[in-house]
Amino acid sequence: MSTFKHIGKDFIPHDVVAKVTGTAKYAEDFRADGMVFCKLLTSPMPHARVKNIDAAEALKMEGVLGMITADDIPAGPPGFAPSLTREPMYVGEPILAVAALSEQAAEDAIERIKIDYEPLPFTFDPLESLFPGGKDARGDGFNTGTLAGLPPGKIKWTAADFARVKTGDELPMGKPAEEWNYGDVEAQFKQCKVVYEERFVTASLAHHSMEPRTCMAYWQNGKCFVHASLQSQSFALPPLAQMLGVKPEEVVLIAEYCGGGFGSKGSAYPSMVIPAYMSKKLGKPVMMRISRAEEYYLGSARNAFQGNIKIGFDASGKLLAADVYVVQDSGAHISFWDYRAFGDALALVYQPKAMRWRGVPIFCNAPTRTAQRGPGQNQLACIMEPLVDRAARELKLDRVEIRKRNNPVNGSLAGGDEGKRGPVTSAYIKEALDKGRARFNWDERKKKSGQKNGPRVTGIGVGQAFHPAGFAGFDGLLCLKPDGKLHIHTGVGNLGTFSHSGTARIAAEVLKVDWENCVIERGDSRKNLPWNIGQFGSNTSYTMTRTNFVAAQDMLAKLKEIAAQDLGGKPDDYDVDGAKVFVKANPSKSLSYGDAAKRAIALGGRFDGHELPKDINPMTQASATALAGQGLIGVAKDNLPWSGQPAAFAACFIEIELDLETGMHRIVDLVSVADCGTVIHPMGLATQIKGGAVQGVGMATLERLVFDPQNGLPANVGFHQQKPPSYLDLPTEMFTDAVDKADPSNPVGAKGVGEPLLGASASALLCAISDAMGGHVFNRTPVLPDMIVNQMAGRPQPRKPLSINTQ
Amino acid sequence: MSQPTATDAAPERAPGFSRREFIKRVIASGATVSAAAYLYGGLTGCGRKGRAAGGVERLISLSVNGQVRRVDVLPNETLAMTLRYKLGLTGTKLGCDRGECGACTVVIDDIAYNSCSTLTHTVRTRKVLTIEGLASASGELHPVQKAFVAELAPQCGFCTPGQVMSAVALLKHNPKPTRDQARLAMSGNLCRCGAYDNYLNGVMRAAAEGGAA
Repeated sequence: MSTFKHIGKDFIPHDVVAKVTGTAKYAEDFRADGMVFCKLLTSPMPHARVKNIDAAEALKMEGVLGMITADDIPAGPPGFAPSLTREPMYVGEPILAVAALSEQAAEDAIERIKIDYEPLPFTFDPLESLFPGGKDARGDGFNTGTLAGLPPGKIKWTAADFARVKTGDELPMGKPAEEWNYGDVEAQFKQCKVVYEERFVTASLAHHSMEPRTCMAYWQNGKCFVHASLQSQSFALPPLAQMLGVKPEEVVLIAEYCGGGFGSKGSAYPSMVIPAYMSKKLGKPVMMRISRAEEYYLGSARNAFQGNIKIGFDASGKLLAADVYVVQDSGAHISFWDYRAFGDALALVYQPKAMRWRGVPIFCNAPTRTAQRGPGQNQLACIMEPLVDRAARELKLDRVEIRKRNNPVNGSLAGGDEGKRGPVTSAYIKEALDKGRARFNWDERKKKSGQKNGPRVTGIGVGQAFHPAGFAGFDGLLCLKPDGKLHIHTGVGNLGTFSHSGTARIAAEVLKVDWENCVIERGDSRKNLPWNIGQFGSNTSYTMTRTNFVAAQDMLAKLKEIAAQDLGGKPDDYDVDGAKVFVKANPSKSLSYGDAAKRAIALGGRFDGHELPKDINPMTQASATALAGQGLIGVAKDNLPWSGQPAAFAACFIEIELDLETGMHRIVDLVSVADCGTVIHPMGLATQIKGGAVQGVGMATLERLVFDPQNGLPANVGFHQQKPPSYLDLPTEMFTDAVDKADPSNPVGAKGVGEPLLGASASALLCAISDAMGGHVFNRTPVLPDMIVNQMAGRPQPRKPLSINTQ
Repeated sequence: MSQPTATDAAPERAPGFSRREFIKRVIASGATVSAAAYLYGGLTGCGRKGRAAGGVERLISLSVNGQVRRVDVLPNETLAMTLRYKLGLTGTKLGCDRGECGACTVVIDDIAYNSCSTLTHTVRTRKVLTIEGLASASGELHPVQKAFVAELAPQCGFCTPGQVMSAVALLKHNPKPTRDQARLAMSGNLCRCGAYDNYLNGVMRAAAEGGAA
């Protein structure tokens, strides 16, 4: 490790100063000459058909420029959220947009538009839609479907399925949409010392990005310029172009800064093309500011679950068998596959000897949902970890030990389906637990468990979580210019992790370039960016270290070739350092990087980008071609060997004081530890770990979407009503650590980090609450103060075990 | 309509005679910033112009970042909108527009305010300081900004200007806060990335290094 020049060392990313000075430009900070504003008219009903739109009076109003409806924007694939619709399926779904010289004029015009709605049946409970003859959320006949692998369809269970159970208390478990199993589940359950079967609910919660998804767009010289709030850059461009009905090269996408996404801005989303279509119609730049309330409608939320979990442990605490059924409330349109990830994560993190998973996603009349930091895996952590504690309590085992007894190690199998299970590239969750245990002083501190101080009781909790942590097969692109500067082109987004720079430093590492001589090119599709995956799924650290590594290897080989041509000998005789390529045996014989770049331009061909590898993506081809002749080009597709599932893990330890009279808790101490392979950027990692922990506190105890089941109205569309954690919900100081063991499948040992950090803290906090209550498990997120007060007072809970979308 | 071109709200570069330079001179010569509306292509913002319910714009003088800025303001216009859409100061962010998140925090007479919930007319006799007014004329960052850089305080950065301004106001009144005092003073600023601990590290570093400057 000590031989690294950049990896594992702190640095100041180039965009930090812009962020603290206010010069960082987010979508709403851009202006264009002649820019006008548009506003959305959104549905007041959870499900309706728009029979007629009368905008005659509105369009005559002063300053009003025009209107677009669903007729002006081509519909997407069946089941997917449209930009504008004639069949709104949730309160807040956009129906039309009006543009005017000022935003107020647009709002005034919208108030004058008369719409005839035909109210349609709606539902907020998947079990209602699964019931034979029960109401469905959509009028197109679909009640199920997922982003990939499960086309839109219809699933109804039988009356007999429902007759078997007590409604609201037990899950009927009819035919699933998907299922898998491995091992002999029934036989393993028979071997168990303890078996638990529980119903559970995990609530939906908003992504709560601080920047609402405002967008500004205009057309110029046949191209559409889009200033958007996106987590991703290159990856979002082709789908955006498709939604705009143009070729990717006809879109200029500027997404240099993004005010938070957490999964909700991973790729192009339907609302962002509204200003572009409006602009095309008016011939003027259009700004569509999204309000905070609208962000609750358009901004996505985590998929909610109703489920049944049955698990069994032997006397040693080994999980022998698991049988889970997940019913996913997917919102109104096609959503992410959280329900699959729930099962996959259980199979990996706890390594049961036999397991069956069943799942079905069902549409409800709630706003569109999508992946949210650890989609599925973190719901699993919240439900499973407190049950592991219950087993530890009953079997009289240490809670860290029982986790380690089940945890995967290097090469353990991931995935669920028999025959499709494959090894993880590395797993150091046991090491993360050990590191946290020492740092937290678990063995001493757990003795405080249950100590009373007036109405306040101490609770100690440990939690853990997992997320897949990387992809392969994308492109790297570098240009070394005659002034000796290394331009690192990266198509990754700017989610605020600073990994656009952290991963770029791998190129600087390979080529031994000082960081001051590196220029990061990113954030604007005109900057000749390579084809890269989006900044989601905890993948950037893994995927983008690989792309920058292969591009740097390509450049390194070319540097040595050029030096050998000019100075004699073979390429292998050369090495690089100090911005020079030199003869190993005689370092004084050298060529500066600047001179090598000049020679590359003179040589042309593959040296300066006039000839390119055949296997790179067309986007990278175009970008490299635009750079051709400007310097020495390093460009390659990541063809490095890739087998196994990169896996990120996290462990978290929390001490709380729980006030049994009010149900409120205070976090006294929090230690979170990441297993993310080699640490690339220590400060960046520490802030990611803490940020994930903060969001976990929100998921476990604060945030959830609530709807009025009678009228289908959302009850909480503001920060005060659905409060994310603030400074005062956290301890005064937070502590982090990392295992820092290299993943063997990555050239620098890196793997992803972001998502399990949330699930680890959320589950640790739930376990701490359970601990303070003497082991009571709620099987529900979030755990709210009234639930705690009711439980301690021996009163029944107002919610049935499977109540969903309720307060 | 002329061909649109994307520009920053306050364009930095233009051949010969920059817009910023021009605007500065307009301001210096006592002319009104109404000219900016022309320059920004009729960007009278999101207010209603000359409409009955909102009344009419009135020309007032504001003290913003040590400069007198003459600007036409509607009776119901918030300071955040005036700053962002009439004065080109887009560093002040709008996260909720209803006083819940703190992203729009500015300092008025040394006190932190939500500019989304402050009517521009109410600050006519007061000194407004925004994120753009913190660095010195030579570009040297304010101690709070320096500390936030050193502690890698921001993540996505959208709430950062508000966090900086809350910290600046805190240190004006309490140059050596305890960590708990700082936490309380900053608690009106939400950060979804969860960078609170790093922001607090930044506040404490700024305090230690004389952040009240």
